Amino acid sequence: MFQTQQKIITNKYPAWKYLLLIVVTVIGITYALPNLFGEDPAVQISPAKSVTFGFETQEQVAKALEEANLPVKSSVFENGRFLIRFEGTEDQLKAKSILKELLGRKAVVALNLAPSTPEILRSLGAAPMYLGLDLRGGVHFLMDVDMEVAVAKAYLRYVDEIKSVLRENKVRYLAVEMEGDTLAVKFKDLPTMEAGLAILNEKYSERFSLKPVEDTASPQVRLRFSDQTIAETQKFALQQNITTLRNRVNELAVAEPVIQQQGDRRIVVQLPGIQDTARAKEILGATATLEFRLVEERGDAYRADKTGYAPHGSIVYNFRDGRPILLKRGTIVDGENVVSASSGIDPEQGSAMVNVSLDGVGGRKMLATTKENVGNRMAVVFIERRVETVMENGVKVKKRITTKDVINAAVIRGQFGDRFQITGLDSPQEAQDLALLLRAGALAAPMEIVEERTVGPSLGQDNINQGFMSVIVGFLLVLVMMAWRYKYFGMVANVALGLNLIIIIAVLSMLQATLTLPGIAGIVLTVGMAVDANVLIFERIREELGIKGTSIQKAIHSGYEKAFVTIADANITTLLAAVVLFSFGTGPIKGFAITLSIGILTSMFTAIVGTRAVINIMYGNKRVNKLSI
Amino acid sequence: MNSTEMNNEVQTTNINFMGQRHLALALSAILILASFAGLWVKGLNFGIDFTGGTLIELSYPTPVELPELRNNLTESGFGQAIVQHFGSAEDVLIRIAPQDGLNSAQLSNQVMDALAEATEEEITLRRVEFVGPQVGDELTEDGALAVLYALFGVLIYVALRFEWRFSIGSVAALIHDVILTIGVFAWTGMQFDLTVLAAILAVIGYSLNDTIVVFDRVRENFRTMREGTPVEVTNVAVNQMLSRTIMTSATTLVVLLALFFLGGEIIHGFATALIVGVVVGTYSSTYVASAVALLLGVSKEDLMKAPKEEANNEGEEAELQRLFLEQEAKREAKEALKEMEAEKKANKKEKLNK
Repeated sequence: MFQTQQKIITNKYPAWKYLLLIVVTVIGITYALPNLFGEDPAVQISPAKSVTFGFETQEQVAKALEEANLPVKSSVFENGRFLIRFEGTEDQLKAKSILKELLGRKAVVALNLAPSTPEILRSLGAAPMYLGLDLRGGVHFLMDVDMEVAVAKAYLRYVDEIKSVLRENKVRYLAVEMEGDTLAVKFKDLPTMEAGLAILNEKYSERFSLKPVEDTASPQVRLRFSDQTIAETQKFALQQNITTLRNRVNELAVAEPVIQQQGDRRIVVQLPGIQDTARAKEILGATATLEFRLVEERGDAYRADKTGYAPHGSIVYNFRDGRPILLKRGTIVDGENVVSASSGIDPEQGSAMVNVSLDGVGGRKMLATTKENVGNRMAVVFIERRVETVMENGVKVKKRITTKDVINAAVIRGQFGDRFQITGLDSPQEAQDLALLLRAGALAAPMEIVEERTVGPSLGQDNINQGFMSVIVGFLLVLVMMAWRYKYFGMVANVALGLNLIIIIAVLSMLQATLTLPGIAGIVLTVGMAVDANVLIFERIREELGIKGTSIQKAIHSGYEKAFVTIADANITTLLAAVVLFSFGTGPIKGFAITLSIGILTSMFTAIVGTRAVINIMYGNKRVNKLSI
Repeated sequence: MNSTEMNNEVQTTNINFMGQRHLALALSAILILASFAGLWVKGLNFGIDFTGGTLIELSYPTPVELPELRNNLTESGFGQAIVQHFGSAEDVLIRIAPQDGLNSAQLSNQVMDALAEATEEEITLRRVEFVGPQVGDELTEDGALAVLYALFGVLIYVALRFEWRFSIGSVAALIHDVILTIGVFAWTGMQFDLTVLAAILAVIGYSLNDTIVVFDRVRENFRTMREGTPVEVTNVAVNQMLSRTIMTSATTLVVLLALFFLGGEIIHGFATALIVGVVVGTYSSTYVASAVALLLGVSKEDLMKAPKEEANNEGEEAELQRLFLEQEAKREAKEALKEMEAEKKANKKEKLNK
């Protein structure tokens, strides 16, 4: 019996397991490697809206840098953006101001730290981990969109429309007004109310739920948005605010801003590397409006732009890309009058277009203007107002800053009133952007900063150093303990632990997950806990060795076998806690949960498969007299 | 195998852990009461993650006097600000509770301006955290829910994998750990923020890990040991796992200590919570989890009928047995064949010889 068992359990691993292990190790090392290379100071140039960079821009940029005698380490043109690397931060800063002057508002010139991953690794898609704001410094804002206001505004948009519908149908109403969270249409007496209800039902039953109320002073119909309409309105408001924020963040010249929806009504804004948080808040808190103006076709806009003198009765405006245009004084309608704007496809020409609808007042003004100006152009001006604090002679001064951009100028093809289309747009994307801007200027729901987390650059660096230090020290101490307690087996476990660390870093790099300080804490904790699997196995092997009549090979085999169930159970439960942590987590906690979860999974692989493979090579299929455990 | 080697291998202790279980349960009860007393008397020092408010960390080039700083802030209308050193005499932490009319994201800018005016030195802004009261409330609620969800998940998992008495035992241990860890934070007055909450959830994970390992062995022993009361069986399991428990706790504690001493001020609370949690969790997996399971009257029969695991194990053993027999049979067949062939050869030879 003893002899035959010896033959069955030889502790040999099939070749594919070794192969798997080798493959995993190689992949792990490859993808973890980019983290060893540092970062180059770089300047990133991305085009402003409706601007595309061509070859000329590239030459222009190269020439400007050459003239300024700034040596460029490398210059890449990718996804319509330039990334120019420099040798030092001094060159980088100089280059930024030169390029900013050169390109003006045509581009967003931002400082960036570009990873200097070697070409071979980059071609494999390997990139270093993305460092969280607490490690690289920067601002995190959580903005809350006031949905109550968004919905109230949506109600108000129907007031004019309902009035005109009733008027057209010759039903007399007393008033249309907001009452609580409903829109109340008041009538003189019951019969008119019945008539009104019939008309309103026909027209609005899809969007509203209608309820007649008869016991009030004047009989009325109450309109309430259906749940679906409210959900749509809120989604809309959120989307619109995100778009507005994107445009504003461009002003801040941040290399890799993150603007993301969080939940139903929140928006996360992350601006890595920003140090002037006061300015960031001011810019994000700007208010936007719109103006429709006629274009002054006589006169030279370029000359007026240069000299500063515009022909009588007109003002010089600029498009986003800097082209000047002359607009007549006096607005036709402004953002307040815009009810909605949506993008679509022009059925006649097949090109992209935007549908705009105005309220009653706006419609009448538009009708009067377009009647006399068929064939002329009409421009849409997007205006942002904000208060900015600037230093003037060493004193902080609050300044009102207004930026006005012409976002579209189109020929008036015929007379129109409260509904019209802006056609002939270049792409569906342009139409979408224009529609969003029209809405943003018209009826943005207010936002408020409800959470801010700013980490200065010095603290970020400290966090990196301290986090790194604690991982290294913790790791080394565990290595020593394992080697002391389990001799050769401990060393094997140490190799597995090292591999585990490499794989965690590789997985984080591959997922492009964000590494935060709590994330590092998660790695540290994983290092401590990862050895548990090996401790369980080794203790079990020792125990099995103690049982009389057990061969060494069998002890190794059943040590692994029996400990496996325990390890699986224990790790699944820890994973359970990590998953809860993740689903609950906001920012920093998520980072911890991610690294902990990845660590649990990878440690199971390295501690069970990894160590077994090495131990099988050391002891498998041999006559062994004693184990170094 | 020589004898010294053997001695090295067999070292399972035989300490009567479970004999002290009533004493331990009493101790745990006292500690839990003490924790509640701490919460009652001192309460938790919640961070702004939960209370809302503004936190500003500043760094001065030279050590700063806190009273002077407080005066400056009071003069500028921030009299309610709490000012303290953070890590060193050069670093300052300013906390401002949310107050009507003052609770805006602009507050940090105003404070910075006020302090910059009062000194010639260059102040470096290290960190600003502003949490609106509404967000704070949400985080508190979400945090409490997360802990509950985690406990509930564990309850179900352990009940499925083991048995309901173990399930109750493990959850009792977890609640015990969470309460004691929170108790330490109440008595020491250390700040309880979002990272500490994360640490507490990690403690749940760790302590559970520990509990499951002991339970797993108890279950195995119930099946393999033919005699012995539940208390004895559990005691053997705890003894068998003792060196593992010590080793794993030690490695985890070592890295946590590294984090505590080297990880910086911000991670202090986190590391503290985990250190307390690991110590308490190691103790509780023996003395709370197992003791409660025993108290509930867990017995050999309860585990024998634990369905899946049992079947699996038996299946595995049967499979091994089968494989063994198969190979044995093959070998025998082969040998028989060889013998036959040898016989044939011999026969042939004989024939040829003839």
